[in-house]
Amino acid sequence: MSLKRPAKDQPVNFEFNSYSLEAANKIISKYPKGKQKSAVMALLYIAQKQNNNWIPLVAMKYIAKLLDMPYIKVYEVATFYSMFNLSPVGKYFIQVCTTTPCMIRGAGKLVEACKEKISENESELLPDKNCSWMEVECLGACVTAPMMQINDDYYEDLDKEKTLEILDKILKDEKPKPGSYRGRINNEPENGRKTLMELKNA
Amino acid sequence: MLKDQDRIFQNLYNDLGSDLTSAQKRGDWVNTKEITEKGRDWIINEIKDSQLRGRGGAGFPTGLKWSFAPKEVGSRPHYLVINGDESEPGTCKDRDILRFEPHKLIEGCLIASYSIQANVCYIYIRGEYFVDGQKLQAAIDEAYEKKLIGKNAAGTGWDLDIYIHYGAGAYICGEETALLESIEGNKGQPRLKPPFPALIGLYGCPTIINNVETIAVVPTILRRGGKWFASLGREKNTGTKIFCISGNVNNPCNVEEEMNIPLKELIEVHAGGVIGGWDNLQAVIPGGSSMPLIPKEKCETLTMDFDSLVAEKSGLGTAGVVVINKDQDIIKCMARIARFYKHESCGQCTPCREGSGWMWRMLERMAKGEASKDEIEMLGDVTKQIEGHTICAFGEGSSWPVQGLLRHFKDEIKKRNNFDPIVKETQNIPYLVDQHLLDKNA
Repeated sequence: MSLKRPAKDQPVNFEFNSYSLEAANKIISKYPKGKQKSAVMALLYIAQKQNNNWIPLVAMKYIAKLLDMPYIKVYEVATFYSMFNLSPVGKYFIQVCTTTPCMIRGAGKLVEACKEKISENESELLPDKNCSWMEVECLGACVTAPMMQINDDYYEDLDKEKTLEILDKILKDEKPKPGSYRGRINNEPENGRKTLMELKNA
Repeated sequence: MLKDQDRIFQNLYNDLGSDLTSAQKRGDWVNTKEITEKGRDWIINEIKDSQLRGRGGAGFPTGLKWSFAPKEVGSRPHYLVINGDESEPGTCKDRDILRFEPHKLIEGCLIASYSIQANVCYIYIRGEYFVDGQKLQAAIDEAYEKKLIGKNAAGTGWDLDIYIHYGAGAYICGEETALLESIEGNKGQPRLKPPFPALIGLYGCPTIINNVETIAVVPTILRRGGKWFASLGREKNTGTKIFCISGNVNNPCNVEEEMNIPLKELIEVHAGGVIGGWDNLQAVIPGGSSMPLIPKEKCETLTMDFDSLVAEKSGLGTAGVVVINKDQDIIKCMARIARFYKHESCGQCTPCREGSGWMWRMLERMAKGEASKDEIEMLGDVTKQIEGHTICAFGEGSSWPVQGLLRHFKDEIKKRNNFDPIVKETQNIPYLVDQHLLDKNA
């Protein structure tokens, strides 16, 4: 189990803007009548997107009211799932996978790069930086390890140099290109693929 | 090696495009109506004949699972739920299906929903796969537009709505009942079984839950016949499977191969061999992190299917092959896996919540050589206390890799940790400490 704590400084008010509200209503309509509670994860996610990538406690109260469920149930969900940030993170939120398949291909070097460029400690948002980083568990791209996720995008086949390049770009507020950084196409073997040969150049 | 025309996922590497027109060229959605016209019993029997076993890890026969759904729809609707919460370290096969072969999955959803009489299907995708989920959503929208799903889906007379539900970074939601809890808007904590979801599942209604890969192979099986699928692999371990080969190999990759393929062929032919040569191999995790590792000596002759791996006291799991060579510290690798399980335990059952942390901390000290002699036996004891004493299979999943390490690398651990606590009383051994005090994220 992991422990998550809400931030100390909490905003006083939170409300969905019209764009978020429309998205929320669309999601609620996916579930049977009376089961609107199912939308809680999606709504927390929308709140997170609207509020600079983190969820304040007032947003949980707002969602609880919107879905007609107890506040504690929303709080439970928000603290249980690791993708909900309960305290501020950077505009660019960097998650480095360090689980075994990435670790044995050198994920430690990526962590080093983050420590050099961003902050000594993980989950630390320095006032002069637009990004924060943290170590996370398996992100499900083991074949293209080591890798990291920045906001929604995967950056794969990395090493220390390429990570430093990516971080430099981010610090300049530019969005680096997602995908493999060794130029490989998807999850095919890099050289000498042995299957589906006829389709390769189709 | 499997012939290219027998590969189900022709677009595994996205050579052909994942849109509907390209998918139809590959044969998807061609005669869906004719397939459903043959009737529910025919479909379920054909799947039974193909001996397809679930691709999510447990390997439960799919045809049998479908036959558990009530024959008549009573007062409660039926649901189909697709498990795409792929989080097992070493596994990244479902992601490629979601982004490159979405129409195989959607067509499979229609056929499966028809067979179990469900009108609504939820596809649960892990939250991190947001971009890939959007690609699937685009494919779903395309299918709605072409009337392949929705009212009278693909002319079959069956109504089907497909919705995506995103997870939010919890490994445990890959467990089927935790996944249902998660869709219902709760913490992802597994339910006690029985009752099984086939009778009381999502919202208390009959629910069939299948892995993405299982459902995606169904249309091809029905087109080419259960006999064709059963002719690949060997008895009870039939068909093809996407293997994800990661770790210390020259060309890590995903590849679709026949079941029962030799592990050596998988590594040498498809993944370009072990880094430093075959002799540099130390161990292989054959089926995602929860399966016990297999040492090099056995890798020579090992074949990859459910039953032959069980015979080696391991398992095929999700077929995520993690290759570890001699440059790696095997105890450290396992300690990292133990840390993964400690992080992902849902906290519901005490043996797992506390035990996963104990195992991690003991292994971390063993990797540094700070553990005492008798702790090695104690670690084995802890794994036995967790295994079988939890609501879901997470207990087994977290203790099996540690048991595998103890089974095959005990000498290595003993060599590194050989001090006797009675002689050396100065060692401070934190046996039982509240794990939150040690949690650096706390």
